[in-house]
Amino acid sequence: MANLTINGKPFTLDVEPDTPLLWAIRENAGLTGTKYGCGIAQCGACTVHLDGVAMRSCGISVSEAEGKQITTIEGLASGNTLHKVQEAWIAQDVPQCGYCQSGMIMAVAALLNEKPKPTDADIDEAITNICRCGTFQQVREAIHTIASA
Amino acid sequence: MNKHISPRLNRRAFVIGTAAVGAGLAIGLDLPFGGPAVVRAADGSPEIGAWVVVRPDDTVVIRIARSEMGQGSLTGLAQLVAEELECDWTKVTTEYPTPGQSVARKRVWGDFSTGGSRGIRSSQDYVRKGGATARVMLIQAAADAWKVPASECRAQNSVITHTPSGRTTTYGKVAEAAAKLTPPADVKLKDPKDWKLIGKGVNRLDTVDKTTGAMIYGVDVKLPGMLNAAIKDCPVFGGKLKSFDEAKIANMKGVKKVVRVGDTAVAVVADTWWHAKTALEALPIVWDEGDNAKVSSESIAKWLAEGLDNAQPAYVGNKNGDAKAAIAGAAKKVEAVYSYPYQNHATMEPMNATALYTADRCEVWCGTQNGEAAFAAVLEASGLPAEKCDVHKVMLGGGFGRRGQTDYVRQAVMIAKQMPGTPIKLLWSREEDMAHGRYHPITQCKMTGAFDANNNLIALHYRLSGQSILFSLRPEALQNGMDPAAFQGVAQSGEAAFGYSVPNLLVEHAMRNPHVPPGFWRGVNVNHNAIYMECFMDELAHAAGQDPLEFRRKLMGNHPKHLAVLNAVAEKIGWTTPAPQGVYRGIAQVMGYGSYVAGAAEISVTEGSKIKVHRIVASTDPGYVVNPAQVERQVAGSFVYGLSALFYGGCTVKGGKIEETNFDTYNSMRINEMPKVEAVMVPSGGFWGGVGEPTIGVAAPAVLNAYFAATGKRIRHVPLRDQNITFA
Ligand code: FES
Ligand code: FES
Repeated sequence: MANLTINGKPFTLDVEPDTPLLWAIRENAGLTGTKYGCGIAQCGACTVHLDGVAMRSCGISVSEAEGKQITTIEGLASGNTLHKVQEAWIAQDVPQCGYCQSGMIMAVAALLNEKPKPTDADIDEAITNICRCGTFQQVREAIHTIASA
Repeated sequence: MNKHISPRLNRRAFVIGTAAVGAGLAIGLDLPFGGPAVVRAADGSPEIGAWVVVRPDDTVVIRIARSEMGQGSLTGLAQLVAEELECDWTKVTTEYPTPGQSVARKRVWGDFSTGGSRGIRSSQDYVRKGGATARVMLIQAAADAWKVPASECRAQNSVITHTPSGRTTTYGKVAEAAAKLTPPADVKLKDPKDWKLIGKGVNRLDTVDKTTGAMIYGVDVKLPGMLNAAIKDCPVFGGKLKSFDEAKIANMKGVKKVVRVGDTAVAVVADTWWHAKTALEALPIVWDEGDNAKVSSESIAKWLAEGLDNAQPAYVGNKNGDAKAAIAGAAKKVEAVYSYPYQNHATMEPMNATALYTADRCEVWCGTQNGEAAFAAVLEASGLPAEKCDVHKVMLGGGFGRRGQTDYVRQAVMIAKQMPGTPIKLLWSREEDMAHGRYHPITQCKMTGAFDANNNLIALHYRLSGQSILFSLRPEALQNGMDPAAFQGVAQSGEAAFGYSVPNLLVEHAMRNPHVPPGFWRGVNVNHNAIYMECFMDELAHAAGQDPLEFRRKLMGNHPKHLAVLNAVAEKIGWTTPAPQGVYRGIAQVMGYGSYVAGAAEISVTEGSKIKVHRIVASTDPGYVVNPAQVERQVAGSFVYGLSALFYGGCTVKGGKIEETNFDTYNSMRINEMPKVEAVMVPSGGFWGGVGEPTIGVAAPAVLNAYFAATGKRIRHVPLRDQNITFA
């Protein structure tokens, strides 16, 4: 059993303590926006926020996540108002297949929290997610658009 | 059940109201006198021809048969239909018909296959006609109601106007009447100069759900009572499953069943996938690896190298003059051997499919690049007839050619068949995905060029040795044993024609097929042929003491479209003006998938082995550009895919299996390694080429040629990872 707070809501999940947070979110909490890409903290598809910090949820156990505020892509918007990163992603048509984009958006949202006006070097350092479709150019442009708004 | 799937795509299964077809539940009995039966979508809205449904609120639903996997053709195809339909683009939505519905209606939606950059180019004609047909019917319905000739009416933005009187109505209001009309036998398509929506970089129709986590991919499918399966197939291709000791995992949490899947694989079915995967890893399995366990990268390389020997048999794919004689008597010769490795597609979403089997029905939910092939796989694996099966397509988390294969669909059905009535979601781990790809074919190439005393290229011998995709996947397409697709990019004519005129030319392929299964990997045979040819062109230019661009130009007089894209990148990158201090340029061109493409790169190299790519320029002539914003993304994405393969890709073989297991050993480019791609569109009109793949061919040679300019060293083998060359 694990008690998690996901997107502000309490969840009591029937999982072993060493279950990766990714699978608890997807299979036990039923929130499938967070994606599986590698399971070894390489690709970033599973990125969520733990107390506001971007983390790769495949590499964290549920026991480590207990007591923290977990935010997934489904919880990024406030009510009906999309997060500015989501807005920018839609305006700039960033996603191709979109599979990496939940993780990409969560990583970018965390970066912008920390650095509202990131330089290209900041982006290069913070955004290390894999996108096999190759949306990097649109990702970078969208980040700059948000930063200059 | 469809409500569990996707909120935007494929959300409405539609039922068919004609007795002749007999499938589904008829909503309303529309049997008008003198007209065809009305076919209705599930919400009751009428079909105006197979491609278009119009709802009373003027929403237009456009049917899309090809699959969306990120390449944007869902939006592009909708643009093609909407252009002719003259509907309000802001009220357009799309849906996928199922392959089962298509088969039941005599393949009314044509080919579902989404590969070979064919999505737009092979369906543009009939989908535009689908839009035009619906427009004619809608206008006719309005004219009938007004009792005026249809020729006095016109349509724009879903509004029909009777020009003389100024009366107007909307598509939604006349849809019911239009659906009862007999479709016109023939319709005239617009002149391209009158296009308003084709050629516009409108936003994609599928973006919003991809930013909120709401988009449903195969991996996200949920059905009531569903269980999850993890699978291991014999890691040595061609090997078999001997035995497994299920008692060892029977008590592990969540485990429901351990099943044999065909002769080669075993799957664990559990309440969650995490439980299934954990138990599978603990399951003792004995494989019968067979003879292929002796094969290694080294043994494959040796076998392929033997094929480079002119004494070995080879198929001739392109030829003029007598290259061998001209080379023998030439004043100067240049020779080089190149190689290209296996590559995994590594789609972001690993392979998966969900199957529900009962004694008289089998349905599958999956991302597939070929709905009809997936459907055929379901029929075969379930043993049920077509009318008892169907495939529900969901969004693909990348395809790149991998999801044109149906191995994962077949496996899901084989597992579900052993648990009738329980939906089973089969998901491959990334490790399984790496171990069981359908890999970019492995090849080597020996090229020999010969010059006369004035440094004119008089002969070229291009000898390819290695794997044929068609031999493995579509043997019926071989021509007297020869794989015609092996010559993509160096062919005499057709959609991937060679762009140079050489007086004596010999292009041949010594086919050697190792046991590792090949597949159509985005760009397919254009990839290695372009690297080999374009890097060697640079070698020839260097040997002749000429500028690589000028050297090419002289050979391209008979290939004006190839030349035009080459000139376009040369101009944009400023080839004739010096590059910034410490920066070097490379250039390449190729034709593939009916399109002409070229690329140029500016790089710098530190310590001889650390590459920074500063700038990329890429030009494309696909004939017509349907959505320039999406074409730009495909061009940029092609560079990411092609350069990831160049720097990090490559699957090696040891003990008959693939050694790379995940993104730690099979890396992919990140944002810090990728500059902006400046895309130049030079559509010359009059033909339809593809855009998803051709540019990959020029990505690697543009960078490799720049590397030579920077260092004086030729790189003839991929990936750079194995030669200790990295991104700076
Ligand atoms: S799935 Fe977690 S980083 Fe790849
Ligand atoms: S959009 Fe497809 S992997 Fe990033």
